[in-house]
Amino acid sequence: MDTVMLYLIAGAALAVSLVKDRSKTLMALKKAVKALEGILPQFLVVLALVAVTLAVLNTETISLFLGSGSGFWGVLAASLVGAITLIPGFVAFPAAAALLAGGAGATQIAAFVSSLMMVGIVTLPMEMKYFGKRAAIIRNALAFLFSLVAAVFVGWVVSL
Amino acid sequence: MGGIAVNKTLKRYSGVLIVAIAFVAFVLVFPVWRDKALSSIVFQAKTMLFVIPPIFILLGLLDVWVPRQRMIKYMGAGAGVKGPLLAFLLGSFAAGPLYGAFPFAAILMKKGASFMNIMIFIGAWSTTKIPMLLFEIAALGPRFALSRLAIDIAGIIIIGFAIKAMLPKKEIERLYAEAALTD
Repeated sequence: MDTVMLYLIAGAALAVSLVKDRSKTLMALKKAVKALEGILPQFLVVLALVAVTLAVLNTETISLFLGSGSGFWGVLAASLVGAITLIPGFVAFPAAAALLAGGAGATQIAAFVSSLMMVGIVTLPMEMKYFGKRAAIIRNALAFLFSLVAAVFVGWVVSL
Repeated sequence: MGGIAVNKTLKRYSGVLIVAIAFVAFVLVFPVWRDKALSSIVFQAKTMLFVIPPIFILLGLLDVWVPRQRMIKYMGAGAGVKGPLLAFLLGSFAAGPLYGAFPFAAILMKKGASFMNIMIFIGAWSTTKIPMLLFEIAALGPRFALSRLAIDIAGIIIIGFAIKAMLPKKEIERLYAEAALTD
């Protein structure tokens, strides 16, 4: 759904740019190709990492992690799974909803959703390319810690 | 000359080679996970190929059309409240996975957006995307989705400040210098 929107926006912007200035548009496209080639190696590495993690951590395994443990360790496990996996929201949310309906704790689910969104272990090679090792690692570590805080908060609000 | 260029390319792709070999080894050593790994690499490649082109076209256009002075005025260090606000909006109306945000952020850096605003942009892209939020409300309920949104907005700002405080000034300068070199 949002990919369609993305194409519409990019298409419209490209059309306006073409009407306004042909050579500038061509330059923009050249830059786009060059930027894409620049990140391609990191991209391919991420692709393989994602494929392996998704093969090992399939939906059933994830459900097992999220559904089983309760308390602090359950939340930590949920956060870890979220940090490692890279699955789009339209897959993650229905799965999370099913787990919630099946009796999983809101705190665990919130930890998973929050770290899934904010933390990207497998995409670290791409993040490091633009932000350097230090900034990328600091951001992911802080986001991971924060997802635990967010989980406790969401769990509390849902229980009100 | 040609030899140097080939060497450079080889060096850049050396990580890819290692990972490719490791991937093949993984598939051979763990036949249980073979089908799943192969189908998910195809699926992920398709998703990436599908999502990535419009993002890069937009960043190319941004690079060509938005003058540096204007970016500094709206998202630079002295832009005031409109800087983080704009960063939030840009990130929230974005589409696509977080890895699409990084090259975009590099162009913002090159154009002179402040580091704090870039961190807010990345944070917003990761957690406050509006289409995703609507979907989350439908799947997990408004109480869950909106409380997560509220705490994550606070988190984005806190994390932004913390990264800025923890990262040496020199490192930030180095990142900006590197971003300036991309064309």
